[in-house]
Amino acid sequence: MNERVRRALPAVVLFVAALGVWEGFVRVTGIQGFILPAPSGIASAFVREWPVLRSAAIGTFGSALAGLAVGILLAVIVGLAAARWKAVREGVMPLAVAANSTPIVVLAPIAIAWFGLLSPWGTISVVAVLVFFPIMINLVRGLRSAPASHHELMQSYAAPRRQVLLKLQLPTALPYLFSAFKVAAALSLIGAIVKEYFGGSQDRLGQYITRKAGLFQFEQAWSAIVLASAFGVVLFVVIGLVERRVMSWHVSVRLRQ
Amino acid sequence: MSALELRGVGMVFNPGATNEVTAIESIDLEVSAGEFVSLIGPSGCGKSTLLRLVGDLLAPTSGEVRVNAKSPREARVDRDYGMVFQSATLLDWRTVLDNVALPLEIMDIPHSERESTAREMLELVQLGPFADHHPYELSGGMQQRVSIARALSFKPSLLLMDEPFGALDEMTRERMQMELLRIWQETETTVIFVTHSIPEAVFLSTRVVVMSPRPGRVSELIEVDLAQPREFETREDPRFYGLLTELREALRKVDL
Repeated sequence: MNERVRRALPAVVLFVAALGVWEGFVRVTGIQGFILPAPSGIASAFVREWPVLRSAAIGTFGSALAGLAVGILLAVIVGLAAARWKAVREGVMPLAVAANSTPIVVLAPIAIAWFGLLSPWGTISVVAVLVFFPIMINLVRGLRSAPASHHELMQSYAAPRRQVLLKLQLPTALPYLFSAFKVAAALSLIGAIVKEYFGGSQDRLGQYITRKAGLFQFEQAWSAIVLASAFGVVLFVVIGLVERRVMSWHVSVRLRQ
Repeated sequence: MSALELRGVGMVFNPGATNEVTAIESIDLEVSAGEFVSLIGPSGCGKSTLLRLVGDLLAPTSGEVRVNAKSPREARVDRDYGMVFQSATLLDWRTVLDNVALPLEIMDIPHSERESTAREMLELVQLGPFADHHPYELSGGMQQRVSIARALSFKPSLLLMDEPFGALDEMTRERMQMELLRIWQETETTVIFVTHSIPEAVFLSTRVVVMSPRPGRVSELIEVDLAQPREFETREDPRFYGLLTELREALRKVDL
């Protein structure tokens, strides 16, 4: 426990110091609230707005998580097929790259047109498209990264393909997958909020931020941003904890001890 | 019955292309069950290629390989081969015990039998106390012993070893050689052993195949008539020195 506290200390100190500098800067310069609100102002807006924020956040985070789940599911299915068959790989990759290069700004109105303004599937589909690519790419790369000698070993046992996948390729792909999950977790929040920014239920963080910014209530807008970031950090930490449990054997985990 | 029979075996990589390479050419060799045969020769003589042809990791472009009177492919499907590579090729995410049990898992052996066999094999290589460790906690020599235990776990009739002790220091290497001979005698497996080391080939083998490079051919067969079982003192036997000299001469001839 002591060790944990010691490791978390630099981050905590830096965070508190940054808040202090920020607060001091705003007070000394008397900079206007709509340009940069003070942390204390954001905190009090957060407390005041909590009931509204809470309800909006549940909707937004729910869509982000659902989109993440759908995206992961699709990416795993396509990734497995692409790692297995060269034709799939060659067929899917250009499409995946094209989909990945499409800005979400464009996806949002399309999703709204397809699923309707208030359907949660609009947000879910945008998030799913966004997280699909990094997960699929990393999974394919991970599945194909087992050394040739390990494949020869499996071959010498006349191991069926399913066994090679389960006992060699998937464990090899785990570090790649977890890296992708961390990237995808952040993307899922960005995707959900940007999509909501363009349209959707009022009871969502994206809409809340648009509304408050439009009213020049920047402290409230910032409090929603802080909430979204905090959730991003929580997701990242949870994925990291699962990673450490699942991959205790891996260098990246061992050397962190 | 011969455990291994090679008739006019040749291997050409990239046939017809500009980078065509004849790795080995018209090799004939017969190995009886229970023999310990080493393949030795300068780099590029095709000894590893030959081992891979036997193990059905490559298919010859000419000639025929028979293993226990079967094709290499049939032999592989029948799980006749235990392979040991120069690196231990252990799976990092599995414990030592689970690494040894890997082939048994793939062969659908029931769990309880798997575990008892794997433990028995670990005892054989004297790593019983390390069953629950992970490979990264073991030294190179210990990892290689795990990989030998794994290769033996399903009692293959043929052990194919590709410079298994190449990365080990001299002392560990000599200890491992003793251990391998003890295991060979206990299990009565046939061993095909690729090596770069003259003393290793003489100390371990019943027969040494000397190969010449470009293209790889068998240039000489040397019977090693040292008494069995080989012991620490075997290396001090005048006959051992005699054989070292004989093998060294044979290798000098192919390298000219």
